[in-house]
Amino acid sequence: MSTQSPGATCRLVRVAETERPGVTVFHGARPLPALAGDTLLTALLCNGVALRRSEFDEGLRAGFCNMGACQDCWVTLEDGSRIRACTTEVQDGMRIRALDGP
Amino acid sequence: MSERAPAVLIVGAGPAGTRAAETLVAHGVRPVVVDEGLRSGGQIYRQPPEGFSRPASALYGFEARKAEAVHAALAAVRESIDYRPGTLVWNVEGGVAQTLGPEGVGRIAFDSLILATGAMDRVIPFPGWTLPGAFTMGGAQVALKAQGCAIGEPVVFMGTGPLLYLVAYQYAHAGARVAAILDTSSAADALPVLPGLLWGGRTFAKGLWYMTWPRTAGIPVRRGIVPVAAEGEGALEAVRYRDRRGREHRVACTGLGIGYGVKSEVQLAELAGCEMAFDPLAQQWLPEADGDGRARDGAVYLAGDGAGVAGADAAELRGRLAALAWLADHGIAVDRGERARLRAKLRRIMRFRDALERALPVPFHLARALPDETVICRCEVITAGEIRQGRALDPAELNRAKAYTRVGMGRCQGRVCGPAAAQILADARGCDVAEVGRLRGQAPVKPLGIRAGALAAVEDNSRAASI
Amino acid sequence: MSAVEADVVIVGGGLVGCAAALRLRERGASVAVVEKNQLGAAASGVNFGGVRRNGRKLAELGIAARALGIWKRLPELVGSDCEYAITGNIKVARSEEHMVQIAAHAEAQAGYGVEVEMLSRNALLDRYPWLGPSAIGAAFCPSDGQANPRLVGPAFARAARAAGAELFELDGAAHVERDGNGFVVETESGRTLRGGALINSAGAWGGRLSARFGEPVEIWPMEPQMVVTEPAPYFMEPVLAVVGGDVYARQIPRGNVIFGGRSGTADLDVGFGKVHAEESLTTLARTIDIIPCVADLAVIRFWSGVEGCTPDHLPVLCPSRTTPGLVHAFGFSGHGFCLGPASGAVAAELALDGRTETPIEGLDLSRFDTAEQPAST
Repeated sequence: MSTQSPGATCRLVRVAETERPGVTVFHGARPLPALAGDTLLTALLCNGVALRRSEFDEGLRAGFCNMGACQDCWVTLEDGSRIRACTTEVQDGMRIRALDGP
Repeated sequence: MSERAPAVLIVGAGPAGTRAAETLVAHGVRPVVVDEGLRSGGQIYRQPPEGFSRPASALYGFEARKAEAVHAALAAVRESIDYRPGTLVWNVEGGVAQTLGPEGVGRIAFDSLILATGAMDRVIPFPGWTLPGAFTMGGAQVALKAQGCAIGEPVVFMGTGPLLYLVAYQYAHAGARVAAILDTSSAADALPVLPGLLWGGRTFAKGLWYMTWPRTAGIPVRRGIVPVAAEGEGALEAVRYRDRRGREHRVACTGLGIGYGVKSEVQLAELAGCEMAFDPLAQQWLPEADGDGRARDGAVYLAGDGAGVAGADAAELRGRLAALAWLADHGIAVDRGERARLRAKLRRIMRFRDALERALPVPFHLARALPDETVICRCEVITAGEIRQGRALDPAELNRAKAYTRVGMGRCQGRVCGPAAAQILADARGCDVAEVGRLRGQAPVKPLGIRAGALAAVEDNSRAASI
Repeated sequence: MSAVEADVVIVGGGLVGCAAALRLRERGASVAVVEKNQLGAAASGVNFGGVRRNGRKLAELGIAARALGIWKRLPELVGSDCEYAITGNIKVARSEEHMVQIAAHAEAQAGYGVEVEMLSRNALLDRYPWLGPSAIGAAFCPSDGQANPRLVGPAFARAARAAGAELFELDGAAHVERDGNGFVVETESGRTLRGGALINSAGAWGGRLSARFGEPVEIWPMEPQMVVTEPAPYFMEPVLAVVGGDVYARQIPRGNVIFGGRSGTADLDVGFGKVHAEESLTTLARTIDIIPCVADLAVIRFWSGVEGCTPDHLPVLCPSRTTPGLVHAFGFSGHGFCLGPASGAVAAELALDGRTETPIEGLDLSRFDTAEQPAST
């Protein structure tokens, strides 16, 4: 199931440093291309995937401060553990739970 | 039996923490340096991960040499300090800092603490600011500097302060498309304090350069605007604002950087027992300290933007001064001439900062005027209207409003929404913002994973409660 | 500042004091309350939020029964349900010995009209599959529930004020004495209050005030310390406690799990509880034994507060034996939130009538009588 609402997707746009080795992270079953050295936030948002749902309104969330202060970007890994996306560097094969459940 | 050397813990490895560590090492002291960042430099001189190739000149612009010097300073003392990157201090209690790092939860006992906890963006919410695609100005800068990414295509920058123009410049320079710079202040605001601004000399000149640069690059700059809303289905599609004459405009964008200057990260200072006082210029409660950063004699020292925002150059000076104060307080001879020189330099910068803060007062009137339905607390999704209605319950101060409405009660513990919430509550009560107080700092200062915490539990049944 | 005159003066504007004030106004008496902190913000405002009879000491069940009736009427009484919800309460055993203990208690409680269902391990896990392997059975009390402690005390304060009570916060009683047939209270700000009767609902500080009238009660500060997680999908309806008290937990519908079991630190002279985070780490470890799925969540806040504990962990709720017109209602020993609304009502009745219909045997001061400590002066 798609994790995006109808309408726009948020998307980070790579403008530099694109020569790094590629890695793959999984959002649910969906493989997403990323680059070594990406944070999890970068990896997901470069693929137009929002990070989480707000618990208290209809909105999707995609981080805000990008420096570990606002706590807006916590995501759930496949094993159930929780991780802050903006301060976690991706590992090849990292698996993140999709927003609509596995 | 010889006494053991006092244990000094430095929190933060930005410009202040780095210079404090360097100064202590130069006097034969080996501090523990704990830093949340995986690499030193703090937010301002943040270093990209391994494998990134852009040169410092591209990452830090005018400040490249300073950034490299700060990085080199930490590298040079790395073997002479106990350096723990990627580690959060989530609580300070008595003489112990509780940490969360690669090894899990740990404890660091200290005799003295030098806090160099830095700053984060000061945020004024507005309708739609929680949409995916909206970031703080600092967040937008981190995306570019540390990840080589723009936060959208195109991007709008909105708010006020020097960072507005600097980040826009960095984006355009990196090839990202900047649709507009929307400044809530009008240039005229700066005129009455120009004599004060001249103290800044080079800094002010740089600021002016950043402010005039967009015109030559063909990027529209609108001053004196009022943010209306960010809008989009599921993610940001456009931002609306009113111009000086009250006409509304809409700019299409998928990325929005928002910022109104930066504010100090003071939670650990508060937990460490520092007295807090309201600073009317910063519109923030700050830990009290003397000019050298002495907050609690012999025990707690403050350095850098965490002790009141004054910028990276000041942070380096304040890091050195705090370390020298610690050394002097602990009977270690220091060069008095050097201290005097550092203090004089710092005074000049502080004079400039003071003038700048007066020139660009934080436009918190924007928060007070927000429509009721605007989300203020993005963690708990608490609106301006709920804070105002909570007024009917008569909260005398902000912690009471938090108790009633849950504003500031979420994952960020009010870091992001606290200042705006205080303004809205004060406005609803018709009182000065200082009177509604501040959200009290509570441990853990950032979320603490339960599994990690549980693994570190020390079994001690002597204190079991019975309820 | 001219003196405030009232039929009853109340020292301590927590849940008990504010509920007493509201009851007094319902009865037509004039009342003034002084509170050194913010109204309802000390032990009343920072406790766990359980509203239960399950596992409660028998001496408290009479007031607890009356309290239940008041909790259900909160909207009409104070204009808000204060997030009170009947969710049930499970008291979990982790050993056969504990199982025997809760079964015996359940039987004793039945005599007080408290319906408790004993659940075997299988029945328990069928119903609450999120429980960990250390739970071997439980006593389930369906009529128990929970509420938001941050809201309840202030709601009673507002209702009392709206009903005509005079409440003064951030202004503690500096001096209290008998004056003719009544009492005079002078506050820290220099305010004077005179009342025909006086209610001592000063919580952890109640022992100091009772000693003033020749009735010393040893009160130890206790500092229940809570942990709250980030919001998680709702999975846990009932409030949970384990035998031994080292874990209690509940989840609110918004998703946060709130739990506790260990103590912070407090100094009655300072006046507030301080978190002792090491203790909370122990609570985390104990809790994931019982509710393993919380291990994945993050803690977003610890908090603590001061409560007063008596030598036998039961409240003092009685007329003074030395001083006519003086009523004690303090030292709730961590049990005061559920009992608060009814304890206030009882204190009000004792102040006006000298008696109450609610059974409060065993909560008076005679239980502390010893040879060295005369019953009256």
